[in-house]
Amino acid sequence: MNRTSKLEANNLQQLFTALQDKGYVTVGPTLRDEAIVYDRIGSANELPVGWSDEQSPANYRLTKRSDDSYFGFNATPQSWKKFLYPPLRKLFTMRRDGKSLELSNESDANIKYAFVGVRPCELSAILIQDKVFQSGEYRDDAYSAARRDLFIVAVNCTTAGGTCFCSSMKTGPEAQKDFDISLTEVFRDGAHFFVVKIGSELGASIMELVETGAASAEEIETTDAMLRQTESQMNKTMETDGLPRLLAENLEHPHWEDVAKRCLTCGNCTMVCPTCFCSTVEDITDLSGQNAERLRRWDSCFTVDFSKVAGGNFRISTKSRYRQWLTHKLSSWVEQFGVSGCVGCGRCITWCPVGIDLTAEVQAIRGAETQQRKGD
Amino acid sequence: MPVRRNGRKPRVAVFKFASCDGCQLSLLDAEEELLAVADAIDIAFFPEASRRMLKGPYDIGIVEGSITTPHDVEHIREIRKSCGALITIGACATAGGIQALRNWKDIKEFVRIVYASPEHISTLDRSLPIGSFVHVDFELRGCPINKYELIEVINAFLHKRKPNVHTHSVCIDCKLKGNVCVMVAHGTPCLGPVTQSGCGAICPSFDRGCYGCYGPMESPNTPVLARQFSELGETQHDISLAFRGFNAYAEAFRRESEAHEK
Repeated sequence: MNRTSKLEANNLQQLFTALQDKGYVTVGPTLRDEAIVYDRIGSANELPVGWSDEQSPANYRLTKRSDDSYFGFNATPQSWKKFLYPPLRKLFTMRRDGKSLELSNESDANIKYAFVGVRPCELSAILIQDKVFQSGEYRDDAYSAARRDLFIVAVNCTTAGGTCFCSSMKTGPEAQKDFDISLTEVFRDGAHFFVVKIGSELGASIMELVETGAASAEEIETTDAMLRQTESQMNKTMETDGLPRLLAENLEHPHWEDVAKRCLTCGNCTMVCPTCFCSTVEDITDLSGQNAERLRRWDSCFTVDFSKVAGGNFRISTKSRYRQWLTHKLSSWVEQFGVSGCVGCGRCITWCPVGIDLTAEVQAIRGAETQQRKGD
Repeated sequence: MPVRRNGRKPRVAVFKFASCDGCQLSLLDAEEELLAVADAIDIAFFPEASRRMLKGPYDIGIVEGSITTPHDVEHIREIRKSCGALITIGACATAGGIQALRNWKDIKEFVRIVYASPEHISTLDRSLPIGSFVHVDFELRGCPINKYELIEVINAFLHKRKPNVHTHSVCIDCKLKGNVCVMVAHGTPCLGPVTQSGCGAICPSFDRGCYGCYGPMESPNTPVLARQFSELGETQHDISLAFRGFNAYAEAFRRESEAHEK
């Protein structure tokens, strides 16, 4: 099979059908609550046809497009994280039986997901969470099971959102690898089609069930031009050169206080971040005291309980909490996992209720340092 | 096993001060859990539920309502002495309630207008939370409280463990539920970022902004949220009123509402 092909837009449903026939639960973008969210969808008709969005710090609005584009929008309110790493998960239940305790591990039936519409930055985020949950000493079996069965339909970005900076983070706007298939949506001379790239044998086997034709060199060149244009539309940038060191050497920079004055410590940035992975566990007993269960729930380094330990709390101030988040994301993450924890999706900027922009905060710290150096 | 003294079930008493009764009724509203609750504790004093009123001491006292009269002050001190652990429930008991709106006004004038014979009225000039007068072991927020949180707190006290009651923002609950942020996506002013979790983010789940029923969260940065409200087109008066709700007299909300008063 040709590794690159052309799928007519009105045949997109065939991809959904093929995936469902192979036992996949299809998840993709759809309209809900005046936003485009990822949810289980059964057909291509449920995609947000003709919709886009405008994004800026603390602002998201749906907008109508002038075409019938399926994927002509930007980052959604939340990422795919909630499917692979659910916000709440029961870890085990325990039962007292006389003097002995009986423990049963919860093993939810694994759902075989097909994600339709994974953006290149989000694909990078999934690869980062793979490192977090599947390498090192502590592994998450449930994540691995969900990940093993996952089918990824990546969709390259032919438009850049107002808070996107994937080109700075080298994660987009085109997915290079690690997908099963990738799509680039094209409108050209009145035609509406997708240029499809096969990324895996599994992807090839699914595409065999979908009616496709050959993509001409011209059509492929069109997608390349579109992706270059997306890159040039990118509103935000983050200079990554020496960034881990910059932050690590500026832990007492006065700018942290400045951010702290503006930060709500609400935790939204960490919740919407596609790579943030922190969780807490809660033990619950029933009233009889005979049964107990342990739950895992998403946590945030912005909550007070997060840093509460025997004897006190080592991150009381807002300054210390914001600094922890940003320096982990952009600096110590690199030491820990070998990559930056930021993929440039811009969600933390859009969904911060007061519009704190990490690219601006980093620039403020960098700018001050550069000035200081010039002054030396 | 729940902590039992001399082989008997822990005795629980429910008391009421200035309040609407909604919070204590949430215990009766526990429905499916009610039998389990009744099985685990001995409800020794709960006038709203039973004519059986046993004298103290009690292992756990649950207190609803705010302190508004000199008699209340004496009464809560007696209750404190008779209870092993004291749990206060609801916005009235933990922040002074909606009736704390009078704290900004001249109470004598109200009394004069409302009552034919004001000389019979003996009242304090402010409505205050229980914790302003006696030591409280646990404050359960909400207007009304969440019945599951109440059962969780009773449960935790019975088993001598920490209650799983969160003090972080409502935003985290919205995100766990997958709600789309009403402030960012719709421009609806929402107190969620400065309000404590507990209700399950009810209002944002129905496209409304949070009203702050659970009071200030653990580290509320109210001035910054107020500035955002202003950018969304709220007037200074609107902002003052937004913070002056059921938890108006909770410190962070009180300060913020005053900052935007004319």
